[in-house]
Amino acid sequence: MSQNALPTAMIETLTAIGDWLVVLPIVLALMGGALLLMLRQTGKLSLLAALVVVGAIIACDIGLLIRIAAEGPVSMTMGRWLPPFGISLTADIFGAAFALAAAVVTLAVLAYAEIERGEPEQGDGFHPLVLLLLGGVTGAFLTGDLFNLYVWFEVMLIASFGLLVLGGGAAQLDGAVKYGFLNFLATTLFLLALGLSYGLLGTLNMADIMRVAPMADPAAMAGIAALLLLAFGMKAAAFPINAWLPASYHTPPAAVSALFAGLLTKVGAYALLRALVAILPASRDLLEPVLLALAIGTLLVAPLGAIAETNLRRALGFLVIGGIGAVLAGLALPSPAAIAGAGLYIFHAIVTMTALYMVAGLIERRSGARDSRQMGGLYAADSGLSVLFFVLILAAAGVPPLLGFWPKLLLIEAGLAAGGWGYGLVAALVANAVLTLIAGTRLWAHIFWRNAPEAVAPRRHRDGIGFAAAGLLAAAIVAAGLWPNPLIAGAHMAAADIVDPAHYVAATGLAAVEPGERE
Amino acid sequence: MDYILAILVGLFIALGVYLLLSRSVIRMLLGMTIFGNGVNLLIFTAGRVTREIAPIVPPGLETPEGPIANPLPQALILTAIVIGFSMFCFLLVLAYRAYQSLDADNTDTMRLAEPERAPEPPLSY
Repeated sequence: MSQNALPTAMIETLTAIGDWLVVLPIVLALMGGALLLMLRQTGKLSLLAALVVVGAIIACDIGLLIRIAAEGPVSMTMGRWLPPFGISLTADIFGAAFALAAAVVTLAVLAYAEIERGEPEQGDGFHPLVLLLLGGVTGAFLTGDLFNLYVWFEVMLIASFGLLVLGGGAAQLDGAVKYGFLNFLATTLFLLALGLSYGLLGTLNMADIMRVAPMADPAAMAGIAALLLLAFGMKAAAFPINAWLPASYHTPPAAVSALFAGLLTKVGAYALLRALVAILPASRDLLEPVLLALAIGTLLVAPLGAIAETNLRRALGFLVIGGIGAVLAGLALPSPAAIAGAGLYIFHAIVTMTALYMVAGLIERRSGARDSRQMGGLYAADSGLSVLFFVLILAAAGVPPLLGFWPKLLLIEAGLAAGGWGYGLVAALVANAVLTLIAGTRLWAHIFWRNAPEAVAPRRHRDGIGFAAAGLLAAAIVAAGLWPNPLIAGAHMAAADIVDPAHYVAATGLAAVEPGERE
Repeated sequence: MDYILAILVGLFIALGVYLLLSRSVIRMLLGMTIFGNGVNLLIFTAGRVTREIAPIVPPGLETPEGPIANPLPQALILTAIVIGFSMFCFLLVLAYRAYQSLDADNTDTMRLAEPERAPEPPLSY
């Protein structure tokens, strides 16, 4: 390293106020979690504080999104060392939009959880853990550094462990053993890939890896990409490494299930998108047959699992996995339109799956059963609930004009444009929609339409809050489906930045430095 | 030296995978720990092994005089050890609690969340 290059290694000026928006959502979530830990015995005050903190996070995410839409990706580097030495947080449209969606569904879940939480459960640490989970998820969406991504994965994992076993039922412990081991193994595999990529490239900054990876040995990089695919595929619950999801998601209270269904697998899917398409595009091309097989397998097998399952929330778990198949289909097709479709699908799945699990929780409360074979007759008792469930099932299957339709349309267009194996993906996407419809409408018919095996419980006095929370998310899905243009335009802009990372690299300030100049 | 460490990493990971394939939860825990330590050793080796030269810039100079040990892998490993240890502790307590309430430390008999031979789904629509 030459002497005159030294001063540029440090940040000499103050960070611009606007750049703080990148780190604020994460800081607010973690500090809020610490505050709520202290307030955990205070009951209503704890809930109020949680709602205020998440509201502030939503405001920051909106501000960040507006700024990125106007100026392109925003980056902030921690600890005064310039990238690639300091840890960068870099947000582009996808990252900020997913962080916003995650914060919105967290707000809905916090309100919804009140219907399930009686007085004796207060002080159990539910609110701090939810904030910690949101902090981990937001960090994973906004980070620009691979090792930092690993740390956020672990933050998310430890918070989800806590939420999963809260209450300590035997089934929860059973589910947590499977969830815990397989997810810990997945993050350790990610660490393995990360260590190899550091040894090969000497850097962990995502923007820096984008610049130096093309110069490295393609065979070694393909090995690293394959390890990343395995690790993130496990996190995203792609078939055939999805076994932990149907084993664990239905065991905790419905509010926790809803939060998991909305947030956890989507972070894995986002990490796949970032790692394979943005960071290592050359290795993605080599892995394309594997991605195709994974996408088609996930798209077809997951809804079949939902058809064969009678436990309501387990069946929905298979629909969550089916959604991951659509994202993988976007990764298997390299065109910007397919990337836009995959990103928009993640956004849609965050909101839809959370709302679906919330409604499932309400159904379980009214019918007093967890198995759809013991449910029935809810249509007469609560037609509003039946409409909500039906709309969300249609959204999950991708029926127009709901939000789920538009990403699938983008994916099918991209598949037809690609030709060859693209037709196979299109067929799998359509079959997935049909099978999802069969599974969902049959659940609907069993729960709402047929005669009740026994009397339906009356609506309890706080159920209205949960109904309103799920209803607002469903209304957002309908509204976004009717006016999809801003979302589709945003997804196309984001996909263009993913395929051509020049803006992303420029945001970190690395574009001016020649790769290989420092050594 | 690098080759010996690389072989050791391979041994650690092979042993970890072997133990993880077991049905006993305690063996799986041990496998997880050994696997994690193999990965830590891999990061250490990936950072290039240098003997006994601390990464300290002498007073009056702006760069170190010769080659120095790479401090970054040590920071990465330290983070990974802390995280891995806390996960291990949680999983250990979880395994114990699961043993208490499910009376099982064999994953084949842990079927509460996923009942074995569940009844067929109704064939009606």
